Amino acid sequence: MIQPLHNPPLLAVRDLCVEFATRRGPVTAVRAVSLQVAKGETLGVVGESGSGKSVTSYAVMRILDRAGRIVSGAIEFGGINLNGADEPTMSDLRGREISMIFQNPRAALNPIRPVGKQIEDVLIRHAQATHDQARAKAIAALEHVRIRHAAQRYHAYPFELSGGMCQRVVIAIALACRPQLLIADEPTTGLDVTTQRAVMELVRDLTRSDGMSTLLITHDLGLAGEYCDRIVVMEQGQVVEQQDTRALFTTPAHPYTQRLIRSTPHAARTIRDLLPEDLRLPQPPAASPAGTGTPLLEVRNLVKVFDPPGGLLQRLKSRGKSAAGTFRAVDGISFGITRGESVGLVGESGCGKSTTSAMIMRLLDATSGSILFKGQELTAVPAGEFARSPLRRELQMVFQDPHESLNPRATAAQAIADPLLRLDGMSGAAQIRARVERLAAQVGLPLDLLDRLPHQLSGGQKARVGIARAIATHPELLILDEPTAALDVSVQAVVLNLLSDLRAEFGMSYLFVSHDLEVVRLMCKRVIVMRAGRMVEEGLTEQVLSAPEADYTKELLAAIPRPAHLLHRVSHTKVARA
Amino acid sequence: MADAAFTPPLARISPPRSAFTRSFAHFRYVMTSNPITFLAFLLLAGMIVIAAFGPALVPHDPLATLADKALKPPSAQHWFGTDQLGRDVFSRVIIATRLDMLISVSAVAMSFACGATLGAFAGYWGGWFDRLSGRVLDTIMAFPLFVLAMGIVAAAGNTIQNIVIATAIINLPFYARVARAEVSIRRNAGYVQAARLSGNSEFRILLLKILPNTLPPMMVQLSLNMGWAILNAAGLSFIGLGVRPPTAEWGIMVAEGANYIVSGEWWLALFPGAALMLAVFTFNLLGDGLRDLVDPQRRT
Repeated sequence: MIQPLHNPPLLAVRDLCVEFATRRGPVTAVRAVSLQVAKGETLGVVGESGSGKSVTSYAVMRILDRAGRIVSGAIEFGGINLNGADEPTMSDLRGREISMIFQNPRAALNPIRPVGKQIEDVLIRHAQATHDQARAKAIAALEHVRIRHAAQRYHAYPFELSGGMCQRVVIAIALACRPQLLIADEPTTGLDVTTQRAVMELVRDLTRSDGMSTLLITHDLGLAGEYCDRIVVMEQGQVVEQQDTRALFTTPAHPYTQRLIRSTPHAARTIRDLLPEDLRLPQPPAASPAGTGTPLLEVRNLVKVFDPPGGLLQRLKSRGKSAAGTFRAVDGISFGITRGESVGLVGESGCGKSTTSAMIMRLLDATSGSILFKGQELTAVPAGEFARSPLRRELQMVFQDPHESLNPRATAAQAIADPLLRLDGMSGAAQIRARVERLAAQVGLPLDLLDRLPHQLSGGQKARVGIARAIATHPELLILDEPTAALDVSVQAVVLNLLSDLRAEFGMSYLFVSHDLEVVRLMCKRVIVMRAGRMVEEGLTEQVLSAPEADYTKELLAAIPRPAHLLHRVSHTKVARA
Repeated sequence: MADAAFTPPLARISPPRSAFTRSFAHFRYVMTSNPITFLAFLLLAGMIVIAAFGPALVPHDPLATLADKALKPPSAQHWFGTDQLGRDVFSRVIIATRLDMLISVSAVAMSFACGATLGAFAGYWGGWFDRLSGRVLDTIMAFPLFVLAMGIVAAAGNTIQNIVIATAIINLPFYARVARAEVSIRRNAGYVQAARLSGNSEFRILLLKILPNTLPPMMVQLSLNMGWAILNAAGLSFIGLGVRPPTAEWGIMVAEGANYIVSGEWWLALFPGAALMLAVFTFNLLGDGLRDLVDPQRRT
């Protein structure tokens, strides 16, 4: 991208190379990256984990950790060479000229200081306010990011605010000194879609009205497409393509960009569309036609109430005054799953979907209601004793975080063998090894990785280990709790296809818990939308997504970032196929 | 492999090796990456050798009294000099290593085993057991610990066994607290839930899935405590509640030698004191190295 001469870029990075010292010697994280951000422009940096997008921004801010080192290249900001600048200059620039928003807003705020004070700190540090006016300016800054009752919120501690509110405070801190450049590093990862939309629109409006430039770092191509003027695509430390947003989506030049766009679920019609053409296998015939009508699981009036924290005294005090302070996480939901069917359970964080799946999985006792599995009442056996039930092997689960769900001290083979040993009573090392290897082959995990510990595996590989462990006993019902939320889109594409193939092969039923409606569209025939412990809407996925009845479903659908160019593509392909 | 193209090539080099070579390579890595750890392990190895072969190494009988050689300063024949009864201080310092190590290792092992079990149960199941054990431990910690140990030894009798038990009791709350905290943060971790789904009983989960993962922080506590236990045993002997003369023990040697410092015979207290200091120093240095050794995340 050649900048016109009359408009010199605000930030220019030229041939940046960053190295990290590791146990195996230096590793180049960023190689020869060049990019420019013009005044008032929003530049998106898109790439998967390990692409070096965050490292690039840390290098610009000069906040690389001790192992990292800028080897070569130039970083120029408004005529100042940041690469050669000393620490006092940099700490003067940080916060005043260049600000940064981090991924986890709660971690970015000081937990023991009121949020208002934290805004004051920045203002006073950069001499934007004196002690007398700092308070008024801080409140104004809170109002600026559309926090209601700003004067009261000034005294709030971060733990008293929701994730979205915390991110607004972080934005208020970042924008307090009217910087020229805002670097947003995955600002909405971990936030709900509706919150994501509110936060992103806030950033867009504020930066536009102040004529600020933004560098948006994200793994979500859809998000970048909706909010950025220009997009830089990075892969393994290198810039592979940079184009105007529209051009990038309509005529992606680099094969990696094409693959990335294809992997984004918005544009796909079936899950096979997510994969590159050369990897597309024919769809296997379904073992049993989906939804033959035999009910496998029936949930009736399921309720989970959490008691308020507190000792005996409070409980005695509140006796008789029932429901005061109790929290109804799941509030009377009923649904069924038939054999071989895949049902989606959608909702935002705190809606009770995880509690529901934990109750069905018998990890948690229900307060009331019944769960019938193949006609047997599951709630009859307490969760603590379900490990010995013969039904344990029929109900398995794939967890949200593939890393956290693997014991850090157990190798992949040990993790997969665990259910075989405990539930199938298998014995004999050779026999178990053979079974583990067959399972690994079924989920596409290379056999030489079986003796590795979890931290030696990549995210996709860990997901495969988790799936292999879950299907080891050939369960009839598999709950997938956001199985791809922690994965890159290209890995997500592969894992989703794997899951769908496995379902067809073994005739399993899925309860697919997700916040991502686009993924549910591809994976499930029926969908249930939950909010605040209740079911808001239920029906065939196509119907619910194309013609939602409940207002909440409409709101959810509207909040998904959908760049116009991407939608364009879909309708084009649809037309072409028709 | 469908996502092969997306995996950086770096992640896929690892020749299969046996468990022994792997752990040895890891040991070597931890040693070379941190010279202080290496020094600590070297000192520890030296102390173990001295404790094991002490009697064979000493030039003189540590208990033999020679009245004509009393209170001689360090010389070629008596490296650390002789004490008021003419015993060789060097030999006594060497011989005392075994007793001091024995007391501290067994005391720490006892409090580690009991404290970790207590804390693990309290952290995993919570409830009334947690509350009860928590308050009992608080009560123990509310006493000045050394005074408590003095009381235990004074009440139960002046034997080595009782010193070990007293030292174990005053150290127990620290292990119980670390274990409780480490277990309770892992009690509902993803891999624990997964283990429940795999049909593991609760007891099995605690013993085989959670406890091994709490080892790294426990190891730091363990090595700090070792030095402390040595000091404690020596302290008890110093005030006359513990090992009795003429047994060679660092604390008692410092106590006896202290009387002679005023009259210029400094070597009686200095050398056992220096040995004590070196032992405590070694164990304090050991902590980080031990943690790195038992932490699987540090392996590649």
